[in-house]
Amino acid sequence: MFNAADMFRVFQKHRGNAVVIPGRGARHWNSISTNPKRDIPLGDPAMGGHASFAFGLAEAQPNERVVLFDSEGDLLMNLGALATIAEIKPRNFYHFLMDNDCYATTGGQPVPNSRNISYSGIAREAGYPSTYFFDDLEELANKIEMILDQPGPVFVHMKIVPEIENEPIGSRRRWQTRTLDEVLRDIKETLGVAAQ
Amino acid sequence: MNQQQQALLSPETVLEAFNKNGVTHVVSLPDSETNWLYQLMKADPTLTIIPVSREGQAVSTAAGLAVGGKKPVVLIQNTGMMEAGDSIRGWGLGLKTPVVLMIGYRGWTRHGVNSASDVANFTEPFLNALGIHYYLVETNDDASRISVAFEEAERTRRPVAVLVGDEYHGFNR
Repeated sequence: MFNAADMFRVFQKHRGNAVVIPGRGARHWNSISTNPKRDIPLGDPAMGGHASFAFGLAEAQPNERVVLFDSEGDLLMNLGALATIAEIKPRNFYHFLMDNDCYATTGGQPVPNSRNISYSGIAREAGYPSTYFFDDLEELANKIEMILDQPGPVFVHMKIVPEIENEPIGSRRRWQTRTLDEVLRDIKETLGVAAQ
Repeated sequence: MNQQQQALLSPETVLEAFNKNGVTHVVSLPDSETNWLYQLMKADPTLTIIPVSREGQAVSTAAGLAVGGKKPVVLIQNTGMMEAGDSIRGWGLGLKTPVVLMIGYRGWTRHGVNSASDVANFTEPFLNALGIHYYLVETNDDASRISVAFEEAERTRRPVAVLVGDEYHGFNR
């Protein structure tokens, strides 16, 4: 296992011009990213939808590299998204999964069968042409450039140290630096999408 | 096509409305009643069909497409609409996604005589609970409401529903 923040620092060196959807890693990525106008920190619009949202964006913007940092609890709510992504095969889509074995933001309760499930195996059998598994950060650091250089869709399963939160939600430190409206306005301007 | 079928909502009419309103992607979980519409859509080079396996997935996919500048429509049934409730709330209303939800109105009878658990009983109350405006389309004569829904979705930056009240036979020949 490795820390999410350390992983994001490794990724930042290879991010290039990619559009990044940091998912539940946004509280770390916000302070590491050097190109926030190409970041889409959404918070948690509705659990289970990050993979489909990121896929939709990749499909809409085929000339942009789209990188998602998904989480296992979110993906498990809509595993069927893997089949859709594998059928359409967006060549610009890079699907990283942060797996910490638990629902960290609700106190650390275990995700079903968390110690035995293989998400990279599920993605591979769903039809992703390239899948990886890392529980060692150095190994990821050695391969990330190669991973991001190959055509998508690519699935990267990473074992991440849980950061369990037990504070009442109202007492937690706010990590967002922009409102959701501002995030969406910024990415549309950056991508040249007409304001709606 | 007989006289009765001509009075129904034809798949060509629905496709024409999609094209007129610039739809680029149809995010769809098909059912047996929409198979002919599916074949028409597949043959249309201006449309990309995105197959999903659960209706909540359709709404978050549409949100990503819309943020990326495309014009999706979601094609699902009212049973799945209820499954998609939290996704409609979060990815639809929360992200201010201007998308039309074309919803097969399974169980729609016009006279309200249904079994207690029939999905038709809950369809409009469900949309009202979420504050989603909707239009009922039963025949080709109602088809202009589809464009009204697209225009409203763009203007209000909200999901707008079209209830297809001809689900049992409208898309078949």
